[in-house]
Amino acid sequence: MKKAKWLVPTIYIIFLMLPIYWLLNMSFKTTTEIINTYTLWPQEFTLDNYKKIFTDSTWYTGYLNSIYYVVMNTVISVAAALPAAYAFSRYKFLGDKHLFFWLLTNRMAPPAVFALPFFQFYSSVNLFDTHVAVALSHCLFNIPLAVWILEGFMSSVPKELDETAYVDGYSFWRFFFKIFIPTITAGIGITMFFCFMFSWVELLLAKTLTAVAAKPIAATMTRTASTSGYELGLLAAAGSLTIIPGAIVIYFVRNYIAKGFALGRV
Amino acid sequence: MNKTVNQKAWFFVIPVFVLVAFNAIIPLMTVVNYAFQETFGNNVFMWEGTRWFKQIMLSERFHASLGRQFLFTFIILFIQIPLGIAIALTMPKEGIGVPVCLVLMSMPLLIPWNVVGAMWNIFALPDIGFLGHSLNALGFDYNFTQQIGDAWFTTILMDVWHWTSLVVLLSYAGLRSIQPAYYQAAEIDGASRWAVFTKIELPKMKKVLTIAILLRFMDSFMIYTEPFVLTGGGPGNATAFLSIDLVKMALGQFDLGPAAAMSLIYFFIVLLVCWVFYTLMMRNEEKS
Repeated sequence: MKKAKWLVPTIYIIFLMLPIYWLLNMSFKTTTEIINTYTLWPQEFTLDNYKKIFTDSTWYTGYLNSIYYVVMNTVISVAAALPAAYAFSRYKFLGDKHLFFWLLTNRMAPPAVFALPFFQFYSSVNLFDTHVAVALSHCLFNIPLAVWILEGFMSSVPKELDETAYVDGYSFWRFFFKIFIPTITAGIGITMFFCFMFSWVELLLAKTLTAVAAKPIAATMTRTASTSGYELGLLAAAGSLTIIPGAIVIYFVRNYIAKGFALGRV
Repeated sequence: MNKTVNQKAWFFVIPVFVLVAFNAIIPLMTVVNYAFQETFGNNVFMWEGTRWFKQIMLSERFHASLGRQFLFTFIILFIQIPLGIAIALTMPKEGIGVPVCLVLMSMPLLIPWNVVGAMWNIFALPDIGFLGHSLNALGFDYNFTQQIGDAWFTTILMDVWHWTSLVVLLSYAGLRSIQPAYYQAAEIDGASRWAVFTKIELPKMKKVLTIAILLRFMDSFMIYTEPFVLTGGGPGNATAFLSIDLVKMALGQFDLGPAAAMSLIYFFIVLLVCWVFYTLMMRNEEKS
């Protein structure tokens, strides 16, 4: 019994890796090989699919667009959430609980409900098909997320820290930037990671709010799939590349990821 | 922590309030606006009262997609929660295995949702996908684009693949917070493995498990992209869950009135669950 314990996680990880392997496998195959034969690994190993993505601007601008609005959203969300999280963790004020609950409901609103009104709203303020539109619309779920994660981290900082600083003659803002923010850098890093991640994986709103100029990579993929027939190799290569950013950041936050989920995704 | 009353704290909350209100209240009002009116284009609106709500509540199409949604959510909860706990219990507790497991298991959570759908599409295709090809080679007549049962099987398997790790990570975090003293005491008392699980581990995991169940409930309730890319809601309407049906109605057929009414009913269901959860969570926090 004891010895067989490693079996369960191993089987589970193999199950997780199989579809990813299959995607990578496809991405190194030529289109003829994909369609005509069934092979467990590429017979004619090719990098053409990746070459196409890095040289064709319709493909690589998709990545740039995605990264652009994701970074913009992360910065906006964290910057706005920092003071709010501080207020929630330190003070009682009129309507604080209701406000918190209201934020919570936005985290839970199905994006499909907002797709159409967002389209009309952002068109009417002339922001349709801009990076700003996507970045702002992702604030809908990322700001509540950032507020919760940060609030969790800030509440674990004892209040005596604030009081000592005031006794020492610090003004509020000087305390906030010089002392408080440095003590919660880990929390800020994790919040940024989660904002990055949820903006990166979301597609419904990003697709609805863009046409050409700010089209995310994920939308480029779905549109290619439906218009130019079945270029599966290319699609697989593009898909494999979208896994990389997540795989890199996850390594840095591996010890905090569970805590982040527990705090933020409620 | 005992908090001090300070009404000026509102100034800190204003940026968040403005940004979220900009995204939530104005579009939501648009939806409410459509839900009570009929439009023939050109911005001409006629008051319709609650007609769309009655129409949606009585429509077979809505009942069908709501039914499919509940069935789907129930099945994936039933699989993912026990499976996630089982994997968390067997995960290594120290050494090199810990980061390896954590990083590899988190991978599916960070893949864009439409890539998850596309990945499973090529993984499950009966002629060139590993899963489809293997199942057919083993003698099963498997084709998820044609057969309803296979489409459901593939969608559920994809969701298990995509989200079980979340339950694993949360349960694992809950397990790690148990003091070794509890286990030592259980050993001295000669408690069985099962008794340790039900009397120590499960109660200690209660909080994270509540979070896990509700997260999975909500996210599976709003699932859109993955099944949309995988099956497109098909064959027929077999895997058209609430969101897919809603987007079809709103952006595909441009039936704004009924779609808006459906959005509000849909949102109301989520809100109700959310409220129950919030009160439960707050009560738990007050107790501890």
